Amino acid sequence: MLRMLTTLLPIDAGQARIFGVDVASQPHQIRQLVGVTGQYASVDENLTAAENLRLFGRLLGLSSRAAKATAHDLLGRFGLEDAADRQIRHFSGGMRRRLDLAASLISRPPLIFLDEPTTGLDPRTRGQMWDTIRDLIRDGATVLLTTQYLDEADQLADRVAVIDRGRKVAEGTPEELKTSVGNSTLYVRLTDADRTAEAASLAQRILGETSARELAERPSATARTPEPGGLSIALPDPNRASDVLIALRSADIGIVTASVRQPTLDEVFLAITGHYTDTDTPNVIEETR
Amino acid sequence: MSTLIIPASQRRLSTRTSLHETVSQTFSMAWRALKKMQRNPEQFFDVVVQPLLFTAMFTFIFGGAIAGNVKAYLPTIITGILAQTALTACMATGTQMREDMEKGVFDRFRSLPMARIAPLAGPMAADLLRYGIAATLTLLTGFLMGYRPGGGVAGVAAGWILVVIAGWSLSWIFAWLGTIMRTAQAVQGAGMMIMFPLTFLSNAFVPAITLPGWLQAFVKVNPVTLVINAIRDLMNDGAVTANVGWALLGCAAVVAIFAPLAVWSYSRKV
Repeated sequence: MLRMLTTLLPIDAGQARIFGVDVASQPHQIRQLVGVTGQYASVDENLTAAENLRLFGRLLGLSSRAAKATAHDLLGRFGLEDAADRQIRHFSGGMRRRLDLAASLISRPPLIFLDEPTTGLDPRTRGQMWDTIRDLIRDGATVLLTTQYLDEADQLADRVAVIDRGRKVAEGTPEELKTSVGNSTLYVRLTDADRTAEAASLAQRILGETSARELAERPSATARTPEPGGLSIALPDPNRASDVLIALRSADIGIVTASVRQPTLDEVFLAITGHYTDTDTPNVIEETR
Repeated sequence: MSTLIIPASQRRLSTRTSLHETVSQTFSMAWRALKKMQRNPEQFFDVVVQPLLFTAMFTFIFGGAIAGNVKAYLPTIITGILAQTALTACMATGTQMREDMEKGVFDRFRSLPMARIAPLAGPMAADLLRYGIAATLTLLTGFLMGYRPGGGVAGVAAGWILVVIAGWSLSWIFAWLGTIMRTAQAVQGAGMMIMFPLTFLSNAFVPAITLPGWLQAFVKVNPVTLVINAIRDLMNDGAVTANVGWALLGCAAVVAIFAPLAVWSYSRKV
């Protein structure tokens, strides 16, 4: 879908408009409005970092002096000035990714597509990438980014759309999505992992079959809470956590830890899609304005 | 740069690339191709080795049989090899273009508001350097072996220019192959199938009269024959004949057919 919106692929069905410009009929105008940073760095291996930015600047119609200045400026902004005259083939993944984003910003586009910009980056580089994205948003850019890391969506996005097997299954602010699943989640870890199912059905009975959504039975929940005996229970009302705990106590089911918190987007995703480990990439598209 | 972003409302969007932009983008892409050559000098292997090797080899092998002796064969073979090396050099243009298009950077070129012809025309302009090297080395080898062209300096220079023009024109065929084939090997294979008939079914190595009639019919319309006739007239006789006109017309026809095809298939390529 991203490749269609960025005019890399023809649109095969439907219609798309960006800032009121039709994507299918005016690809040349769309290309002046959007910046794209793909999953794989779209920079030239044979050129140095500075040469890459200068080439793209020239192609975008900057004079050679302006292209040089812009390249210098962007390299500084992305902490790449020391690597300016090195060929990209000697760059690390994180440096390529930053250079790629820098290249997308030469035209100072109001809409920026980021396709999984932090996949495969170490936590520090990811944090830097997040800061850059926040800077862009502060400057008034609309950023549309896809990610598989739901905490990334939670951190950055104003609006999140959940895409499951090519279809949008939910959309809203992170808060809206979280409340749609339940106000809060009770997380408990049992001393006896064999009694997980028993505890789950007990909780369900206490909370009422309809209001409580219980995730322990799903293979997904064990995937998210790898330790045995972990159970996360969606609560219609945080105050009812004690009801569940008292019931567990009277049934003689011992617990190691218990906590009540807001559901994470991970849990939202599980609840909405009903599965987690799917070969089809669960994708979250988030939009920030 | 104070802000990173210019809002959509403050932008003036152009609906198409102007001629001026197209030319400047082509130069930028040519600059990129030259940088690439500079950093991968092995790309010059074919245009350096082939002129030396083939000129010496073919002259000594065929010289006695076709022209009686090596020296008498030189005016025929040197001009023939000039055309052949230009054609081989443009085959490499197609393969390298295919390899290049596999790379991520082409996604960026496609997402930029730039002329669709620039990514093709740029590297092809840079390849003029390769054709020039190939032609120069072939001529130098010829001179060393005793080739004394009758056309003098002006005739040789004009012939050299014609070789470079022909190389550039014919390379559009291979650029088009580069945009329709999936792999560089396929371009190479298809290129061979085009290159061999075009060079050997011409008057590059033997006089056309020695061929059977049906083959002569093809040889006469082969653009490579047209180019070789023109080069011979220029270099050996120093004469600007109708053949030169035919050669230029043939080259123009190749460009007129294959350049639009190549651009069209490039811009709809996934």
